[in-house]
Amino acid sequence: MGIDRRSFLKILGAGLAGAALGNVLTPRTVRATAAAHAKEFMGVLVDTTRCVGCRTCEAACADAHSLSVPDIADSSVFSKERPTSVGQWTVVNRYETEKGEVFAKRQCMHCNQPGCVAACLVKAMQKREEGPVTWDTNCMGCRYCMTSCPFEIPKFEYGSATPKIQKCNMCWDRLGKEEKPTCVANCPEKALLYGTRRELIEEANRRIYQKPGEYVPHIYGEHEVGGTGYLYLSKVPFEQIGFRTDLGTTPYPEFTKGFLYSVPLVLLLWPAFLIGVNTLTKKGEEEIGGKGGRS
Amino acid sequence: MNETATTPEIKSVKDFWIFLCGELKPKGKIFTTFNVISFPIIVLGAALILFRLVKGLGAVTNLSQEFPWGIWIGFDVMVGVAFAGGAYILTFVVYILRSEKYHPIARATVLNGFLAYVFYAGAIFLDLGRWWNITNPIFGNKFGVNSVLFLVSWHFMLYMISLFIEFSPAVAEWLGFKRIRKILASLTVGAVIFGIALSTLHQSGLGALFLMAKSKIHPLWYTEFIPVLFFLSSIFAGLSMVIFEGTISHKVFANQIDHDGHESFDRILIGLGKGCAGALFVYFFMKILILIHGKQWPLLTTPMGTWYLIELIGFVLLPCFLFLHGVRYENVTAIRMAAILSMLGILINRLNYSVIAYKWYVPLSQRYIPSWMEIVITLAILFTEVWAFRWIVNRMPVLRESPAWATEEKTVKKSVTIRKGVPQWKVSAM
Repeated sequence: MGIDRRSFLKILGAGLAGAALGNVLTPRTVRATAAAHAKEFMGVLVDTTRCVGCRTCEAACADAHSLSVPDIADSSVFSKERPTSVGQWTVVNRYETEKGEVFAKRQCMHCNQPGCVAACLVKAMQKREEGPVTWDTNCMGCRYCMTSCPFEIPKFEYGSATPKIQKCNMCWDRLGKEEKPTCVANCPEKALLYGTRRELIEEANRRIYQKPGEYVPHIYGEHEVGGTGYLYLSKVPFEQIGFRTDLGTTPYPEFTKGFLYSVPLVLLLWPAFLIGVNTLTKKGEEEIGGKGGRS
Repeated sequence: MNETATTPEIKSVKDFWIFLCGELKPKGKIFTTFNVISFPIIVLGAALILFRLVKGLGAVTNLSQEFPWGIWIGFDVMVGVAFAGGAYILTFVVYILRSEKYHPIARATVLNGFLAYVFYAGAIFLDLGRWWNITNPIFGNKFGVNSVLFLVSWHFMLYMISLFIEFSPAVAEWLGFKRIRKILASLTVGAVIFGIALSTLHQSGLGALFLMAKSKIHPLWYTEFIPVLFFLSSIFAGLSMVIFEGTISHKVFANQIDHDGHESFDRILIGLGKGCAGALFVYFFMKILILIHGKQWPLLTTPMGTWYLIELIGFVLLPCFLFLHGVRYENVTAIRMAAILSMLGILINRLNYSVIAYKWYVPLSQRYIPSWMEIVITLAILFTEVWAFRWIVNRMPVLRESPAWATEEKTVKKSVTIRKGVPQWKVSAM
């Protein structure tokens, strides 16, 4: 079977178009932004042994982000575990543990390689180079970030005709003016510490070594889902204070990496294969047609 | 009785409008059972859609922070797209493998696929909280190229275009555009090849959406091979839909199909049943391999394990055997039953990923159960699609023969068209 110039050009054209499309339709790199940055990610160390459940952070957070400020004197809220919500980017929960009451503040964990950022098809969810994970208004409201977040943090305004995703942004919009996130700045017990992740892990390890009886030897967030911006210390195992300990250490974007890497391959090889089969079956038909076997 | 297609003479824009206005009028009886049931639902659905756009998603859906995806994603998109898979399988068989046997149903299948994408994938629009940003993945400068959904959205759009190109010769025949028909027909094979590549990726891509829900999907369903399973299941889902839809079409539009068409249809169904049995078996085999490799069998004794076995045995293995039985004994009824079973299986499977096995640990009282309004809107979309399908089939040569000028052209230029690989509608019937 010879190949004339015309069909050669056709195949070449199809191949080039495929290659170009493969480039447009496939990810250049799956790793969100964690790869090589000169800046270190900032984070917050939450020492739950120091937290007294005063909920000042809740009020400060609401105030700073124009949300409705909760009545922090009301301790009845502790009767059940509260998730964060569209009106509350951070909440403090009380847990009854083997070592008595423990309070734990919850908010976005600001993962090093966030699932929500890898999920977002319009880059409305972004990992900033300073460390915070932020949301922007070019969002389509598909809620894929919500299904992809291992900590179930992004919250959607179902009651609104112009809904937003609400979540902690580590005060990214205020960090230019202020030194630290408002929850850290307002914590009266110094249970929260702001710094680079490296510094925070060092400090957390120092506390564990110095007072081994007061802490379980684990920093939650050091390795979980590839590392998170918020890091936690606790005197009881973390599952007792509402943390999932079955999340593994693989960054969430890694789960879709294999599939996304196969995309350019399929887009290039599949059409080539199909064109080949199409050509082969064509030859057979001509022979039959020549014998007058058809029509 | 075979309706003969009349070709209009359209020479100016005015002619076109007159023709179109004439065609817009209903052709059949107005007060049929189907119309009496579907019309009020469509009207109610349209009102609810308006309500949803004004008041937000919370006003009509039972979605929550815990369950962000409901039946508009889990059923309309996930199941609808799987059922629309028949178009890429059948175009593969007809245009790539050039099996003439299936040519008579190719156009109806492509039309069905196209409408399914327009309507069910269109349901995404309703589900998007910030729907006015729907064009952001396509126009703009912030492309989330790391997102599986970015790929899926692009592929949906491109595949709809491919399907429209594949169907467009029928539109040209309806309008009597002879030259344009020739150009459009010459694009078919290209569109088919492109469409198959796109389908492979977005059928599996819909599964890949759940890969990052690792901590939320029951371990019996969660596997890194979800994309492969979604792709494989789209094969028998699509073919089963072709059997189901074809069976109904052949009854409803019986007057459009000639005697030969009715005769060959049973043979087509048996052939499709064979394909389904094969695809179901491969899928079953994959499921078993994944189960063994995942070492999750202790979970089979839990309630979710029972549910898993019901899906696997009742809706994968059973239809597989039923298809085999139908093929072996040329029993078309068995094949139709098997098609319905395997379609139910797809429904269960896709809803498992999005709703049922998703956060299986959440107690029933806090789980997502669709509201009546979500169901009415879904039904309204489904009925509108059937209306659109009926409108087109009654006007364009989908089930009936192409107009004489289109087939004559093919007879004269047959040797040429074969060399060029131009599709030949209804060659088998010539």
